[in-house]
Amino acid sequence: MLPWLIKRLLMLVPVFLAVSVVIFSILHFIPGDPIDNLLKIGSSPEARAEMEVRYGLDKPLAVQYSIWLGNVVQGDLGTAIVARRPVADLIAQALPHSLRLGGLALLFSTVVGVLLGVVAALNRDRWPDRAIMGGVLVGSTMPSFWLGLILILVFSVSLGWFPVSGARGWQSLVLPVLTIGLGGTALVARITRVSMIEAAGRDFVTLLHAKGLSPLRIQLGHVLRHALIPVVTILALRIGWILGGAVTVEVVFARPGLGTLLIKSLSQHDYPVVQACLLMLAMAVMLGTLLGDIMQALMDPRVRAALS
Amino acid sequence: MTALLDLQSVSVSIGKVALLDGISLSVARGQILGLVGESGSGKSLTAMAAMGLLPLFGGRVTQGSVRFDGQDMAAMTEAERRKLRGRRIGFVTQNPMTALDPVQRIGEQVDVVSRLHLGLDRKAARERTLDLLTQLRIPEAAAVAEAWPHQLSGGMKQRIVIAMALAGEPDLIIADEPTTALDVTVQAQIIQILGNLVREKGVALMLITHDMGVVAQVCDRVAVLYAGRLAEEGAVAPIFAAPAHPYTSALIGCIPQEAMAKGALRGIPGAVPSALAFPAGCRFHPRCDRASDLCRKTVPTTGPRGDGRVACHHPGALA
Repeated sequence: MLPWLIKRLLMLVPVFLAVSVVIFSILHFIPGDPIDNLLKIGSSPEARAEMEVRYGLDKPLAVQYSIWLGNVVQGDLGTAIVARRPVADLIAQALPHSLRLGGLALLFSTVVGVLLGVVAALNRDRWPDRAIMGGVLVGSTMPSFWLGLILILVFSVSLGWFPVSGARGWQSLVLPVLTIGLGGTALVARITRVSMIEAAGRDFVTLLHAKGLSPLRIQLGHVLRHALIPVVTILALRIGWILGGAVTVEVVFARPGLGTLLIKSLSQHDYPVVQACLLMLAMAVMLGTLLGDIMQALMDPRVRAALS
Repeated sequence: MTALLDLQSVSVSIGKVALLDGISLSVARGQILGLVGESGSGKSLTAMAAMGLLPLFGGRVTQGSVRFDGQDMAAMTEAERRKLRGRRIGFVTQNPMTALDPVQRIGEQVDVVSRLHLGLDRKAARERTLDLLTQLRIPEAAAVAEAWPHQLSGGMKQRIVIAMALAGEPDLIIADEPTTALDVTVQAQIIQILGNLVREKGVALMLITHDMGVVAQVCDRVAVLYAGRLAEEGAVAPIFAAPAHPYTSALIGCIPQEAMAKGALRGIPGAVPSALAFPAGCRFHPRCDRASDLCRKTVPTTGPRGDGRVACHHPGALA
C-alpha cells in the first residue's frame, strides 16, 4: 500500500498547481484592487503607481503568480496588503476556530447521522423509519444560513439558552455546530440507511442467519460494518466541504474563523489573504479525498488488494 | 426410518403471492434427498421454510407443518429456531463467491459457529476450525484461516462454507445447489465431500439441485418440484428406471450422458410459469405432451406409486 500512497501524494502536486492557478486568476479578474482601500479619496495617480510598485501589482499577472507561488511553496504566504500583517498570522488566528467548528459539526453529523440511519434501517418502512426520513428530508433541504437564523431566533432570542453570536465558551459553539451539522446528519443518515438495507440483502447475510447468529449481531456486526464503508468515504469528502460551508455560518453567527476572514478580505480585495484562505479550503478538500481513499483501503481488504 | 426433517403439505406465500402449494417431503439420518426442479420451481424456498428463514424474504408458511426431529418449528420461539440453525441444521449456499462476508477473515467466519453453538472459547474454536478445514482437504489450513475471502478460489470458498455448515456438528445439512457456480472438476469433489459426510457421520442431507445426473449419482431419494408443487417423490432407482411424471422424465432427458445413450439430448420446451400466473389444472400441462382436457381443468391429486408418490393424471407405468 505504501507505493500507492506515495503515488497518490505525488498526484496531489499537479492538482495543487491547477487549483493555485484558478484561485490566483479568478481573484485578479474581479474588478477593483486593494489599492482602492488604501488610498485616500482624491490621491494622485503618482501615489497610486507608487503603491502598485510597492506591492508588486505593476508586474504582469504571470510574473505576479510565479512570485506568489514561489513564496507559498517555501511556506511564505506573504503580508496582507490592507490588514498589514503577515497572512500566516491571520490564518493561524482564524484556523483553530474553523477547525473546532468544522470538526465538531463533522463529529455531530457522523454520530447522530449513523445512529438515525441505523434506527431507520432496522425499522424499515415502519413509523420510526418514516419519521426519521421525513425529518432528514426537511433537514437536508434547509439552507444553512437560514437554518442558522431560525436557530438563533428560537434558542437565543426566545429561549435565551445560547448566545446569539461570538466565540466565547462552549455555549457559543452549539448553534453553529447544529447549523452546519444538521445538513450533514441528514446526508449521513440517508446513506447509512440505504447502504444498510442494500448490505442486508446480500447473500452472505442469509448465510449468517443460517449460522444462527442473532439478527442484532448480524445487523450491527456485519451489515453496519459494510454500510459504513461508503459513509466514511462521503464523510472524508465532506471535510473540505464543511470548512467551506462554515463560511456563511461564521458570518451569520459573527464568529472569528477562516470564513469571516475570507469574506472580509474579499470585500477589501486583500489578495494575499484571500488566496491563502482559498488555498487552505482547497487543501482541505484534497486531503479529505486522500483520507477517504485511505479509510476505504483500511476498511475493505478487497480495496487493499486492488491497490497493492 | 424416522424422519429428521418432515414437511407436511407446506404452503408458502411471500406477500399475497402463493409460491409453494402443499409440499410434503422428509429426510432421515444417513439419507440423501435430492430436491430437483428448474429455477423458479420453489426449491430454495423449501429450504428456507425448513430453516424457518422465510421472514427474511417476507415469506411465511400459510398451511401445513415443518417438523424437525419431531418438533413443530412453528410452535418454537425464534430463539429456539435460532439454536437449530447452525447447530443442528447446517446450510450450504448456492453461490460460494458471495456467501462469505468479504471484510472478515475466513477463520473468524468459521470459528463463530462453534463459539456460538458449542460454547467453545476462541482458541478451541480455532482448533476446531483448522481441524475441519484439514478434514475437507484444504491445504495449509492455518494460512487459509487468516486469509480474506477474495483471496480464495470458488471451490475453496465452497469448502469453507461446508466447514461452517459442519462446525456446529449438525444432524441435517441443507445444500442449495452447492455446485452450480463451480467448475465441473470441482463440482465432483464437492458432491463427493457431501456424500462422504452422510456415509461417515450419518447426517441427513437435503441436496437441492437441477442436475438429475447428480441425483442419480449420490441421492437415495428424490423429490421433483414443479411450479411450487410436488410432481413426484420416491427412491432414486425406481424413478430413474421408470419415471411416472412426464416432468421427471423430461428432467432425466436433460442429463447429457443418459440422453446421448438414447440418441438425443433434449431440453424441456417452454419455461416454468410465473407464480403470478400459474396455469389452471396441472401446472405442467402447457409443456406436457400427455396433457388432456382433464389436466387443463383439474389439479391432479398426489397418489402413491411404489414406495413413493406422484401427482399426475397420466402417470407412466412402473418398471
